[in-house]
Amino acid sequence: MLDLKEKTKQYSTRLGDDSLILGHRISEWTSNGPFLEEDIALGNVALDYIGRARMFYTYAADLAGNGKTEDDLAYLRSEREFQNYLINELPRGDFAFTMVRQLFVDVFFSYYLKALTNSNDTELAAIATKSLKETRYHLRRSRDWTLRLGLGTDESKARMTKALAEIWGYVHELFEPDELELELIACGIAVDTREIKDNWFADIGAILSEADLAIPDAEWAVRGGRKGYHTEHLSMLLSVMQSVHRAHPGANW
Amino acid sequence: MSLENLELFEVFVRSSRGLDHKHVGSLHAEDAEHALDYARDCYTRRSEGISIWVVKSADICSSQEDDAPEFFDPSDDKPYRHATYYPLPKEVGNM
Amino acid sequence: MNSLPSDLERAFQAKIDNEYKIEPKDWMPAGYRKNLIRQISQHAHSEVIGMQPEGHWITRAPSLRRKAVLLAKVQDEAGHGLYLYSATETMGITRAELIDALQTGQAKYASIFNYPTQTWGDIGTVGWLVDGAAICNQVSLQRTSYGPYARSMIRICKEESFHQRQGYQIMMELAKGTPEQKSMAQDSLNRFYWPSLMMFGPHDSESAHSAKSMKWKIKRETNDDLRQKFIDQTVPQIEFLGLEHPDKDLKWNEERGHYDAGEIDWEEFHNVINGNGHCNRQRISHHVAAHEEGAWVRDAQNAYNAKMKARRAEAA
Repeated sequence: MLDLKEKTKQYSTRLGDDSLILGHRISEWTSNGPFLEEDIALGNVALDYIGRARMFYTYAADLAGNGKTEDDLAYLRSEREFQNYLINELPRGDFAFTMVRQLFVDVFFSYYLKALTNSNDTELAAIATKSLKETRYHLRRSRDWTLRLGLGTDESKARMTKALAEIWGYVHELFEPDELELELIACGIAVDTREIKDNWFADIGAILSEADLAIPDAEWAVRGGRKGYHTEHLSMLLSVMQSVHRAHPGANW
Repeated sequence: MSLENLELFEVFVRSSRGLDHKHVGSLHAEDAEHALDYARDCYTRRSEGISIWVVKSADICSSQEDDAPEFFDPSDDKPYRHATYYPLPKEVGNM
Repeated sequence: MNSLPSDLERAFQAKIDNEYKIEPKDWMPAGYRKNLIRQISQHAHSEVIGMQPEGHWITRAPSLRRKAVLLAKVQDEAGHGLYLYSATETMGITRAELIDALQTGQAKYASIFNYPTQTWGDIGTVGWLVDGAAICNQVSLQRTSYGPYARSMIRICKEESFHQRQGYQIMMELAKGTPEQKSMAQDSLNRFYWPSLMMFGPHDSESAHSAKSMKWKIKRETNDDLRQKFIDQTVPQIEFLGLEHPDKDLKWNEERGHYDAGEIDWEEFHNVINGNGHCNRQRISHHVAAHEEGAWVRDAQNAYNAKMKARRAEAA
């Protein structure tokens, strides 16, 4: 039986995983944006996520109390140990793919972080309060882009439709708390994503319909992020991300 | 390619309460709202501002270099509009 | 043309001589405009192309702090490109035209970015030496005669100071780290030291644009003066790191109050400029690919904008 501190540590670690992996993906847009202003804007979003990952990891490391740091969590765990939602690890794709993912994640986080600000764990609540402001701005962007691309040209609409179909199946696990989360929900620490679900679907439905797009009727669903059961993309991402760090064990940077 | 179809906007940032908005540069965006977002991302990365204005560059009406003599020279010979034109005796103090 | 300067030209030169800034709507000689567009846009392109050699290390930065710092830094380069394109646009040329000139090879960018960044150590030296050399140049350009360029420079210098420091900090960590880290630092210094000196351009006696640029105060200090400043300031920095100086002929000259430096390999300089660097083709094709991949996004926003305008017109 894990004690509460250990569970909270694991919870904070996986929230760090979500932020780091997504931040990493968005950072891949650097020098690849459709124009300079957007390149810069994407950089800000990526920085917000990396900053968030550092806060969650640092808190997890504090709770562990074994002298480990944020970097140990980011650079020295394997693909089976990462517990991010799968949606975050999917390759960046084209700009439509990136924006659909951002829309899904931004709407999700706007409810999730709001709820987390009420967590009984004051540290998590504080991180959520800071992050929520960032997410509100992210959502403003991804919502606007969804409208622009949905209502833009035939090509942009087709790309958005394709992206929606490709990502949709990764949405479901967002609303299925696992055992660890259920226990922490009972203690008033973790967010119960089941309670977010209706709002999320309503908001996404409304934004998509305003953009003349629709929720795909795809039936498939892929799950497993919280169990460390990942797509093949994560190990590629980690082998890039961790390569320098792992090549020099114990070095300072 | 289609970059030139985006409009050019001028960006003005108020750095803190009580100060004027100051011109900081320009950027390309499709409309004013988008320009505002990009101004936030491109010109306030280091907490440079608490308020932003964006204005379409084409909407700015500007005085012309050729007009400068009749625009600005006439005020050069009106030193009596400046306080320094009126020396005060030391005994009076500041006014 | 050897005709005498016109009244306009004389008045213009008088403004310059009196340290008045030239502003966008002012009359200016065609040569001044052309020279400025060339210099500022080359500078802008350098910032934008300069994102690449560092950008591909963001995903591999060895700590989260470094990752955030590097991302913020590369993002700043994009910002600086933006400021400089803005300044160029005040002269009545569009960004699209400038980008086209870059992609078709009519416009240049700093040749230093055609060198590959092979190791994490290079992220240290690029920040420390490459940005350091750029800052020497930019500090002097804060006093350039064209107002919008000078203002961009002031802004850029303020932001760049962190760039050089973060690079040097990487080097400090490497230099006091494991033997592998230290040799990574030395190797990187060896590769980037001379190309950094080349960034100041040819000797003054060889420089095609220098004399005119100085007369118009577009440039405020000569290539050789700026290079000397950089050589001098870098010596104690290398010493502090405990690394070996790559210039074996370097010697303090008491009389001049400066270091005498070994001769730059100008053949390599021209070689890389003329397309024989490791990354010349890669840098441009990356830029073209991103620009082309972004075309549908830009088209979509234009179409969206047109639709919204039409909708508003209908409603009115």
